[in-house]
Amino acid sequence: MFNYESPPHSHTSIMAVQYDKGVLVGADSRTSSGIYVANRVSDKLTQISDRIFCCRSGSAAHTQAIADFVKYGLEMHSTEMGKPPLVHTAAHLFRSTCYEYRDQFTAGIICAGWDELRGGQVYSIPLGGMCVRQPLTIGGSGSTYIYGFCDANYREDFTRSECMEFVQRALALAIRRDGSSGGVIRIVSIEEGGIERFLFTSEDCALLQNF
Amino acid sequence: MLAIREQQSSSDRAQQPISVDLPYPGFQFDLCLRNQYLISKGFKAPIAVKTGTTIAGIVFDGGVVLGADTRATEGEVVADKNCEKIHYLADNMYCCGAGTAADTEKTTDLISSKIRLHSLNTGRQARVQTALRMLKQMLSRYGGYIGAYLVLGGVDCTGAHLYTVHAAGSTDKLPYVSMGSGSLAAMATFETQYKPGMSMEAAKELVSEAIQAGIFNDLGSGSNVDLCVITSRGVDYIRPYKEACSKGVRQGDYSYKQGTTAVLETKVREIKFDVVSVTEHKMEVD
Repeated sequence: MFNYESPPHSHTSIMAVQYDKGVLVGADSRTSSGIYVANRVSDKLTQISDRIFCCRSGSAAHTQAIADFVKYGLEMHSTEMGKPPLVHTAAHLFRSTCYEYRDQFTAGIICAGWDELRGGQVYSIPLGGMCVRQPLTIGGSGSTYIYGFCDANYREDFTRSECMEFVQRALALAIRRDGSSGGVIRIVSIEEGGIERFLFTSEDCALLQNF
Repeated sequence: MLAIREQQSSSDRAQQPISVDLPYPGFQFDLCLRNQYLISKGFKAPIAVKTGTTIAGIVFDGGVVLGADTRATEGEVVADKNCEKIHYLADNMYCCGAGTAADTEKTTDLISSKIRLHSLNTGRQARVQTALRMLKQMLSRYGGYIGAYLVLGGVDCTGAHLYTVHAAGSTDKLPYVSMGSGSLAAMATFETQYKPGMSMEAAKELVSEAIQAGIFNDLGSGSNVDLCVITSRGVDYIRPYKEACSKGVRQGDYSYKQGTTAVLETKVREIKFDVVSVTEHKMEVD
């Protein structure tokens, strides 16, 4: 039954992938409140600093609050250091927040970005507050459907366009099978030169049609 | 007698401890624990009653239109047929509230006061984003226990903005939004009729249509449509914009001419009574 009072959740499909010069982060755009789609064009790719993004899954309220908190902390840190923050620092700020409040928060976060020290990096911070670096991470309820696809098709030496095609297909497949993922596909590329946003609707992506 | 009583009370006093037991400071949660225990033993806790509402808003060319129905409910009873659900935040922003009436009222009042202080301190008109941040930080701190589900709209130096704020503290920025139990009906209207860059008149009519969809199709919503149009030129609060549920005029006439009912029989009876006693009082005249 419809109940507008049930808290909005991002039952999502999110992912982040490393490629030769940087990283891609991608997500669907559905925010649901119980069985109602509260927002069909939401943006789950939140910018934390110039070259760092996070993908949010879990409770919308919790992940928005955590992202705001980490963004603030990271800005203070980079002001003190006098240089842009490391992705590793951002990821561990997420980790310590998620771990400390692991009983209160429902938040699964992927932190990805580019820095001078290590280039493009992807960190996964799942529910319990662990933090692990991986070349490719998928998350959210839709991710369970695409583990096989990702394992079979991922290569470490992807170029950006190859990687874009890979992320787009993976998310489209997740959206097709997962009832609580949907809408459009949002992708952000992060590399030394800057960030770029991409949007794929059902008109751009055959796999997305009728979803 | 008195002495004995004195003795008794002094012996009572002797049994009392020297220091007085002060009540435990702060909140007490004994009853919460008791309730949890009762529920764990199979006690059926009373179900919280939801309040019904339809609130909505859209962005148009140059501003925002907010809309709300005017029914307030207490369970199945209509508590107020013409209540105000569009709350003042600042001269350039208003906020529609759904959920617990007391919570929406107090929350918007508090944020309104904070915004006033903020603009007095900065010497500028506050931005809608500022109000949004204050609302979401307050609501998320209370973890969803403040039942305020809001539609926030306004105009500032960066343009027209429209947001929804959930009780848990999550926010969304969209060109058209709806909230409350009638939000499905309102959203269905928007999804079929909204176009980007609408004129003010078209926008007002569409929000009115959306609220009416809520009024007619949702049991929790009813009565009139209130609108609030915010542009950079000022605010137009229209209350009511439309009386969607006006009471019908009674067609029949229920007064009857004398003699409509036939008189079958007339009887006049004398009532007999005895005079028991008569007393006279003299009136004081001095």
